[in-house]
Amino acid sequence: MQSQATYNYKVVRQFAIMTVVWGIVGMLVGVIAAAQLVWPELNFAEWFHFGRLRPLHTNAVIFAFGGCALFATSYYVVQRTGHTTLFAPGLAQFTFWGWQLVIVLAAISLPLGFTQGKEYAELEWPIDLLIAVVWVSYAIVFFGTVAKRRTSHIYVANWFFGAFILTVALLHIVNSMAIPVSLTKSYSAYAGVQDAMIQWWYGHNAVGFFLTAGFLGMMYYFVPKQAERPVYSYRLSVVHFWALIFTYMWAGPHHLHYTALPDWTQSVGMVFSLILLAPSWGGMINGIMTLSGAWHKLRTDPILKFLITSLSFYGMSTFEGPMMSVKTVNALSHYTDWTVGHVHSGALGWVAMVSIGSIYYLLPRMYGKTEMYSTKLITTHFWVATIGVVLYIASMWIAGVMQGLMWRATNPDGTLTYSFVESVKASYPFWSIRLLGGVLFLGGMLIMFYNMLKTISGHQAYDAPVVAPAAAHA
Amino acid sequence: MADFVSGFWNMWVMVLVALSLLFCVFVLASNMKGEKNEAGEAELHGHVWDETLCEYNNPLPRWWMYLFWITIFFAVAYMIVFPGFGNTKGLFGWSSAHGEHSQYAREMKAAEEKYGPIFAKYQSQDLMAVAADPEAKAMGQRMFLTYCAQCHGSDAKGAKGFPNLTDNDWLYGGAPDTIKASILDGRQGMMPPFGPAVGAEGAKDLANYVRSLSGLTHDSARAQKGSELFVQNGCVGCHGMDGTGNQAIGAPNLTDKTWLYGSSEATVIETVSNGRQGKMPAWKDFLGDAKVHLLAAYVYSLSNK
Repeated sequence: MQSQATYNYKVVRQFAIMTVVWGIVGMLVGVIAAAQLVWPELNFAEWFHFGRLRPLHTNAVIFAFGGCALFATSYYVVQRTGHTTLFAPGLAQFTFWGWQLVIVLAAISLPLGFTQGKEYAELEWPIDLLIAVVWVSYAIVFFGTVAKRRTSHIYVANWFFGAFILTVALLHIVNSMAIPVSLTKSYSAYAGVQDAMIQWWYGHNAVGFFLTAGFLGMMYYFVPKQAERPVYSYRLSVVHFWALIFTYMWAGPHHLHYTALPDWTQSVGMVFSLILLAPSWGGMINGIMTLSGAWHKLRTDPILKFLITSLSFYGMSTFEGPMMSVKTVNALSHYTDWTVGHVHSGALGWVAMVSIGSIYYLLPRMYGKTEMYSTKLITTHFWVATIGVVLYIASMWIAGVMQGLMWRATNPDGTLTYSFVESVKASYPFWSIRLLGGVLFLGGMLIMFYNMLKTISGHQAYDAPVVAPAAAHA
Repeated sequence: MADFVSGFWNMWVMVLVALSLLFCVFVLASNMKGEKNEAGEAELHGHVWDETLCEYNNPLPRWWMYLFWITIFFAVAYMIVFPGFGNTKGLFGWSSAHGEHSQYAREMKAAEEKYGPIFAKYQSQDLMAVAADPEAKAMGQRMFLTYCAQCHGSDAKGAKGFPNLTDNDWLYGGAPDTIKASILDGRQGMMPPFGPAVGAEGAKDLANYVRSLSGLTHDSARAQKGSELFVQNGCVGCHGMDGTGNQAIGAPNLTDKTWLYGSSEATVIETVSNGRQGKMPAWKDFLGDAKVHLLAAYVYSLSNK
């Protein structure tokens, strides 16, 4: 049944290994930034200042760690579910080296202070151009592979990967439009509140398509594979996929509640954010219910623990998000650490955990094995990471709600009860707990790194032969 | 890029919002039905990928479907009641900040009615009397911590470029009415840059002269040259022949121990060469006279205990 050709695992292997490496780097920078909030004296140099390191942290974890995980899994999944090799393998290699170059340039230029000042889109225009070229190449490789698939139907994971690739191209190109004045400085093509609106149209869809749709693609392959169960509902995947695509596009304005943005725009952002609740939960339900009939596996399989826990955090964050988009709630939560907690329940709980689970599945298979060096260490990683996330988000909830309440408290004469600095002082204990949570999560990544080295060392890289499609497809 | 002011964009957004909502309704409505088979499990969907991947076709969970419908209905209702569908104003004409019936205007009016009299009580009193009133001082301090502490510090002792308000040393004068005027109308510091006129060496000479005025270590030869430059370049116009400054125009006294930007030779050279444009913002429009009255009294009390 098996043909001679082998899947192109090389690029998958490269991206998978770099996922772990950049995960450690990005989370280490996060831990440093968290420590700087607890001990401000750690801001000892211009290039080592919180204001420079924070964008480095967000770019490193989202685009280096998350990006590599998405490249690795999408290249793997599109080949395996299409029963074919990668289209344009040379171009795929280019996406690997191009993406690594983007990451290195970010790691240099951000601490040096070169920034466009747009959150999650800080990189200056020459790097933006490089990203655009790499991303278009990625699209060619991915959709080329989809086109040469040997199955009649496109597997659901590829819908999500495809939507993520297309939309991120659109978002990146539109939001990064700028007028360069020098190699390291440019000005946005948009002005005022329209610039803000385009930025948050980009910003929230970066969450929606980069950090959600892409990782749902991951989920739709690795959960049923690891659980060895069929996906719960094809019908549900159709409904929640299209609903997600059509509603996420509108959610951006909820980042600009009570600003100069017109009222109607804020309203549209809010109601579509609320509608998003059901489509988001559709993905969670489909993932978790896939396990029905195999719940017992959760007891013994730490990879499944990662995947299912990630879906639980996904469900929680996508409940929290719509609630926070309600203007009345937002009036309390906006600009507080609650937002930071919300982002990390998504970023650590959902994105990182589903990636970690998927990479644990992927890595041994890149070397002709089915198991990591130590399953026990995966279990340890799981518990360390879970405790880390819980400490992180619980401390940020408390700190955030406390800050919101302190900022709005007034005296009988209408003056504010607390000065801003008092809310900073009151936040210290929670920032320390957050730091501990971050250290634990980073510690888990170091365990993963050790486990990865042990799994790889002494084993030859392996490219599996292409599997012929099942007879039903012939 | 042009602003999106044409009426076309309202229509554009209305059409897209309506289409997005209708599309959600369509995908949901067209997938309402779906049966589990006798064994309690839905049929497999009939495709297999990568050896083992296949899909059930279970019906949508009912509670999930209802949740979806509720949010869609809520969205439609919200956009009827509030502005949200293109440029429609909503049933009650609600606005966050535009017009006299906006939420902001109403809340500000209510606050003014509730808190206004508390502040008005002190407005007619003499500033020095207010400064002696412990309750008024406490109110002034609370406002200071909200509006002033960012620059002048929680303890009002200032920072580089931001004056210390507790040392009874004043750029523009410390009389109660002068302090109030500084807060109401703001102040714009205007030390011109002399770098182009005197050059690097000249700036160093001037710095040594200025340091000599307040008894700091200096190079006497340079100070001597600096004293000539001080007159030739018109420094005396603002700072006076003896360097004691002029409060009427906010020119600092150069003979005392107070240094707004620092007294090191390097810092004084920087000040001379590049000038300084310190800015105290005006609070009249934002806070109003009654609140500024209390703030001025508090600031006065810091230096006149």
